[in-house]
Amino acid sequence: MDNKIRKPITTIHSSLPEECEAPNNQMEKESLITSNLKYLILGVLFGIVFVKAEIISWYRIQEMFRLHSFHMYGVIGSAVVVGMISVWLIRRFNIKTMKDETVVFHEKKFHWGNVIGGLIFGLGWALTGACPGPLFAQIGSGFIVVIVTLLSAIAGTWMYGLLRDGLPH
Amino acid sequence: MLEIIRQPWPWYVAGPLIGLTVPALLLIGNKHFGISSSLRHICAACIPANISFFKYDWKKEAWNLFFVAGILLGGVVASQLLSNPDPIVVSPATTQALEALHIPVDNNLMPSAIFSVENLLNLKGLFFFIIGGFLVGFGTRYAGGCTSGHSIMGLSTFQWPSLVATCCFMLGGFAMVHLVFPWIMSIIA
Repeated sequence: MDNKIRKPITTIHSSLPEECEAPNNQMEKESLITSNLKYLILGVLFGIVFVKAEIISWYRIQEMFRLHSFHMYGVIGSAVVVGMISVWLIRRFNIKTMKDETVVFHEKKFHWGNVIGGLIFGLGWALTGACPGPLFAQIGSGFIVVIVTLLSAIAGTWMYGLLRDGLPH
Repeated sequence: MLEIIRQPWPWYVAGPLIGLTVPALLLIGNKHFGISSSLRHICAACIPANISFFKYDWKKEAWNLFFVAGILLGGVVASQLLSNPDPIVVSPATTQALEALHIPVDNNLMPSAIFSVENLLNLKGLFFFIIGGFLVGFGTRYAGGCTSGHSIMGLSTFQWPSLVATCCFMLGGFAMVHLVFPWIMSIIA
């Protein structure tokens, strides 16, 4: 492909916390059910990995924070490396989405929530043995009580929405 | 083949597969990997309560809800069809530390001493389900993301605020396990 006709890669400078942090940047509209089924399938595969690598295990999180096992560090570290290489390839070769759109990247702006909220989440992560993704996989694996944890997490998110303007950012 | 799949997957298989979620979501539909946002969409869809933070077109982000529903189904598939026949292997040092806190390591992915229905209405349930879950939901949204949005997606795109957030996730976790956790277990006992 001729380099000259390559479109510049879009980076949107936006970090108003009002916006979704994991946004849908696709221009083309999608139907609610049929188009979203592919994300359901991707989620199923992802959930299987979560369970089979025992990332959803409360013990693995304990081992990580006690520095007794390399497993979780290996998982997160190698995921980041593969993610970095993929993003680099997408940018370098301007790889388009399935709908032939340019991939959009967002720049995250620092705010103090990254620190305070990060610490709060860390405390909860070690207690529940789960970040939000594994919460869903734990429920699917038959740990029914985790439904209560998930409901409480939704309540926590709601409380953040309520108090947001009064919190330091 | 099935025998191998049923064994626990090593980090060098699982990590790269999780990393591939980043380009998969970007290339399928220009979507950014981030799971905690699903909790916000659930609030926006079910209990917006006229709060400005929850007033947006959550249907546009409905893909994220399908994705987490998939994760739940993946949990069903993995535990029903691909479950490991052997007991979980936990490092001896962690096993010892947990036994000292009266949390015996049993054969499943989660300790039954904590994650059982009997604990729903006692202090264990209050700390591990109610408070723990609340901290996860409040903290991730305040931080602007969780392990997926910051640690994987954010670091993959070289966002330094995500590195700060990731370090704080870890700091919070270390503080819980080493400082707060022994105290909580002494209250419960």
